[in-house]
Amino acid sequence: MTDLTRLTLTEARDGLKAKTFSATELTKAHIAAVEKGRTLNAYVLETPDHALKQAAASDEKLAKGEAGPLEGLPLGIKDLFATQGVRTTACSKILGNFVPPYESTVTSQLWRDGAVMLGKLNNDEFAMGSSNETSAFGNVVNPWRRKGSNVGAGQGGAVEGNHLVPGGSSGGSASAVAADLCLAATATDTGGSIRQPAAFTGTVGIKPTYGRCSRWGTVAFASSLDQAGPIAKTVRDAAVMLRSMSGHDPKDTTSVDMAVPDYEAAVGRSVKGMKIGIPREYRLDGLNAEIDALWQQGIAWLKAAGAEIVEISLPHTKYALPAYYIVAPAEASSNLARYDGVRYGLREQGKDIVEMYEKTRAAGFGAEVKRRIMIGTYVLSAGYYDAYYLRAQKVRTLIKRDFETVYAQGMDAVLTPATPSAAFGIGEKGSADPVEMYLNDIFTVTVNMAGLPGIAVPAGLDGQGLPLGLQLIGRPFDEETLFSLGEVIEQAAGRFPVSERWWG
Amino acid sequence: MSVDLATVKRVAHLARIAVPEADLPKLQDELNAILGFVEQLNEVNVEGVEPMTSVTPMAMKQREDVVNDGEIADEIVANAPVSEDDYFMVPKVIE
Repeated sequence: MTDLTRLTLTEARDGLKAKTFSATELTKAHIAAVEKGRTLNAYVLETPDHALKQAAASDEKLAKGEAGPLEGLPLGIKDLFATQGVRTTACSKILGNFVPPYESTVTSQLWRDGAVMLGKLNNDEFAMGSSNETSAFGNVVNPWRRKGSNVGAGQGGAVEGNHLVPGGSSGGSASAVAADLCLAATATDTGGSIRQPAAFTGTVGIKPTYGRCSRWGTVAFASSLDQAGPIAKTVRDAAVMLRSMSGHDPKDTTSVDMAVPDYEAAVGRSVKGMKIGIPREYRLDGLNAEIDALWQQGIAWLKAAGAEIVEISLPHTKYALPAYYIVAPAEASSNLARYDGVRYGLREQGKDIVEMYEKTRAAGFGAEVKRRIMIGTYVLSAGYYDAYYLRAQKVRTLIKRDFETVYAQGMDAVLTPATPSAAFGIGEKGSADPVEMYLNDIFTVTVNMAGLPGIAVPAGLDGQGLPLGLQLIGRPFDEETLFSLGEVIEQAAGRFPVSERWWG
Repeated sequence: MSVDLATVKRVAHLARIAVPEADLPKLQDELNAILGFVEQLNEVNVEGVEPMTSVTPMAMKQREDVVNDGEIADEIVANAPVSEDDYFMVPKVIE
């Protein structure tokens, strides 16, 4: 039999329907792949028994012809989604062995639709990071290696090169999908945490419009920016996943009450006559020549598919990242105040309650999380609120207005690079200056600030043989156009599966 | 704007994070690097611009004012480091 883990989500779905294999066979193949892939550290918790039970139930439903849209399809779940009875930590020591007595809305919809959970996936602690190097469970390894690198081969001889980061914060999701350790994964994106790791691993990632997916039961980082979305092997797979993850939830007041379209129907739809904006402000000084060439290639592909290319201006682009580093830490400092050693998670003893809080939070949070909480506390503190937070929220209004202006001029979407570089080595960035790491999100963060949907699609390889992605930014709640355009890029560029399974 | 050591200490206390004296200078440098980076926002003319309050303009949903959840005290305290009779236990706060 062919290797079932090489299938895409939709190929596996069709194979199950055709009874070419069973959900149990499909799940067993993935459980074996997860075990072999432990070197990558993508999973922080494996739940094979749970998966096999769900698969058996799916096989019964498939036999009765009652299959849901994701029936019997094994997925990985980012450890930011609360899963009932299954440890959920946000990859922070402060949550310890937290076992939620409830299920997040997004994951409950996946189970409603028949999906199978293989386990919980690694991420940067509280989703704060761009390389998955801040997780309490350690670094995630990118299944991609630089050309000529044999790192991880482990068979004596000279080792060439370093392991690469998978990006972050959804590094476990991206690594697991790229390495075929699940058919698709859930992820979350506050400043680029779906799109940047997707670009670093040759996978597809979409952050939908703010409000499209319920945030209920997802560990909060920055509530006005956080959105869930999928990382998948193809544009079509991402469309199928997003349909199940989306929808109104009365438990999240920011979730929008709008019908969820059949996103898969948008895949393959003509893009003829669509207007695509190319923002000149994204052509940064010193932009990597390979990234620029990829961008030009993307423009050519969309033009060939009948789209009209228009140069546009988004004048406040350069201020998105600094404004983000006020707004996001401010919201984080407030959201993370709940980790106080009283209701759940870690507790360190103190002589009084304040000392207990201080020691608990000192022991439980990692360095990056502490930095962000402190920046947030500072910018919200008396006397600084107007200078920092209020100003940043005004700049945010201007960033959103930039997009509203170009959409009013008739743009259907905006095309940009997804990241300023390909994946870098573990330990290579940000140790001296945290801002060096933050710059990874320079092309993605505007989308969160404006609440818009954005998709990253792999489009080529750089000179080191590593994948690079393009980003398409859409109108609010027009994810369908992104799937249509993303499919054009995927058809033109081809897919980028990892060729060698060096890890096991 | 940059922060001095005393401010770093004060902010750490406000954030309820114990920071050993020896770690303060490094933290000060890191915080100042971030504050230096966000300084460029001062270039932007924000005269007359409304601060963003909601990224998607939508009316807040209302629901019936009824009790529709609860009676799950045991589940609520299930993850507590210390609890007794469905109460969270903390160090003494009143002398």
